[in-house]
Amino acid sequence: MPGSMQRFAWSRAILYALLVLYAAVTLVPFLWALSSSFKPLEEIVSGKINFIPHQFTLQNYYDIFVKEPLFLRWLWNSSLIAVVCTAANILFNSMAGYALARIEFPGNRLMFFLILAVQMIPGQLTIVPAYLIMKNLELLNTYGALMLPMMANAVFVFLMRQFFLQFPRELEEAGEMDGMTRFGIFFRVALPLALPALAAQTIFSFMAAWNEFLKPLMFVSDKSMFTLTLGLNTFKGQYISFWNYIMAASMVFTLPALAIYAFFNRFFIKGITFTGIK
Amino acid sequence: MMRQRSWKRRLRSTLTGYLFLLPTLLVLGTFLFLPVFYSTYLSFHKVNLLGEVSYKFVRWANFERMSGDERAWIALKNTFSFVVFVVPIQTALALLLASILNAKLRLRNLFRIVFFLPTVTSSAVLTLIFIWIYNANGLLNRLLETVGLKGYNWLGDPGVALKGIMLMNIWSTAPFFMVVFLAALQDIPESLYESARLDGAGRWKQFTAITLPLIKPATFFTVVMGIIGTFQLFDQSYIFSAGSGGPNNSTLTVALLIYQYAFKNMDMGYASALAVILAAVILFMTLLQRQLFREEKLG
Repeated sequence: MPGSMQRFAWSRAILYALLVLYAAVTLVPFLWALSSSFKPLEEIVSGKINFIPHQFTLQNYYDIFVKEPLFLRWLWNSSLIAVVCTAANILFNSMAGYALARIEFPGNRLMFFLILAVQMIPGQLTIVPAYLIMKNLELLNTYGALMLPMMANAVFVFLMRQFFLQFPRELEEAGEMDGMTRFGIFFRVALPLALPALAAQTIFSFMAAWNEFLKPLMFVSDKSMFTLTLGLNTFKGQYISFWNYIMAASMVFTLPALAIYAFFNRFFIKGITFTGIK
Repeated sequence: MMRQRSWKRRLRSTLTGYLFLLPTLLVLGTFLFLPVFYSTYLSFHKVNLLGEVSYKFVRWANFERMSGDERAWIALKNTFSFVVFVVPIQTALALLLASILNAKLRLRNLFRIVFFLPTVTSSAVLTLIFIWIYNANGLLNRLLETVGLKGYNWLGDPGVALKGIMLMNIWSTAPFFMVVFLAALQDIPESLYESARLDGAGRWKQFTAITLPLIKPATFFTVVMGIIGTFQLFDQSYIFSAGSGGPNNSTLTVALLIYQYAFKNMDMGYASALAVILAAVILFMTLLQRQLFREEKLG
């Protein structure tokens, strides 16, 4: 018995060691980037490995906003796009998922099949046509081009359908008895109870919109319409040896996504669990 | 009277159903469904973008051109090696991390949150951080120097650049699949393991006989999503090489090549033909995958 206890303790120690090791692999690049963003350029090029800056400075953060007057504008563009797309996704995907799960109408199965099929379409196939469609709609260089294609997502429609299939029917019937319409039932009964599912959607929709690179690259050439991803890329081109600036800009860019993740994280595992992937 | 009411009811639920679906159908229809047909159409045409967009039918010319296009073959080779290297490793790493986190350890939520960090961060930022670390003057070389090794020009070596992006990609996507595996693992009833232990099954036996079969849907999901994701690799290559696919075409992926032909050379017909071929390859791989998983299930 003591032997097995000892073995137990050993295997625990190994597991912890692995966890700590991988945590280091994850954290070191971020900490290095964060620390670089607080160092003056001389210290950055000095060749020392110090994670705590000798000369701590906020100058880099100040400078990027001064040197690149559009930085604030890009921050605004990215925020607006991410917020609008997230809200649209939550609403539209849930509505569609609800209809497929709960409303009987001719074509229901066909629509479900189409939404499944759409998930198989690889992104590259849509690159060129999407550009031409935007050009024809005269949406190039507008928020429309940056938002519209990301306002709904087939994967989440599918997942919301799975969620609403398991949703207790009695609750809806009670709503019906109270004389609610379908819209009333959806907005006041079904949606509020779908919050864990919506939390996962919020995280992923926000990240997807916030981090999107290819679409802004294609649809936008006017610098004032850039998102932060594009801005960061041009910024890198202009200030290629000023890693203090690039890292400060990167940190500004990372913070909002981290905040969203930190806030919705508690629902997160539940959200994944609901997805029915398993 | 009854019949009329039920007819009205049906009409109403049909209208409501489609009204609920309308926004999604518009978005997916315009930006995903329509483009499939549009790009097939484009792949048989030469597209003139000056003034009004116009098309000239060129039959199979765009497809025939591919066989002689050396960069297309390089891009395909790079993309394939990316998929073949990244998908198995990220799947295994994700499962390993999930299994460790699934053991009842203290602080496991903290570790989960930390591990997930790269997945939350945008690929643009990750790529910049990596360039900053791999840089000739960067952290990696300095660490090597402190242990007495010589630094190396990692970014300039075509033999290393793509591997660097691969590692970065595994590092940033494995945690997402880790969460998927973790959710699947938490669903396996502990009683199954207990009875296996009573039967004298060791750790490894428990893993292969209980865990692996029960998490098969999660594995399937991870592999399919991994293949789709890695085939589409674009952001990292673009940012890393400033859009060129260099050094010496070593980071050129199919998606980047399509982008270059479409928006640098303005050759949208040929770019579409490349996209159609790539889509066919991905579709084939996915179906093959499904077949493999199904057969294993029977066996």
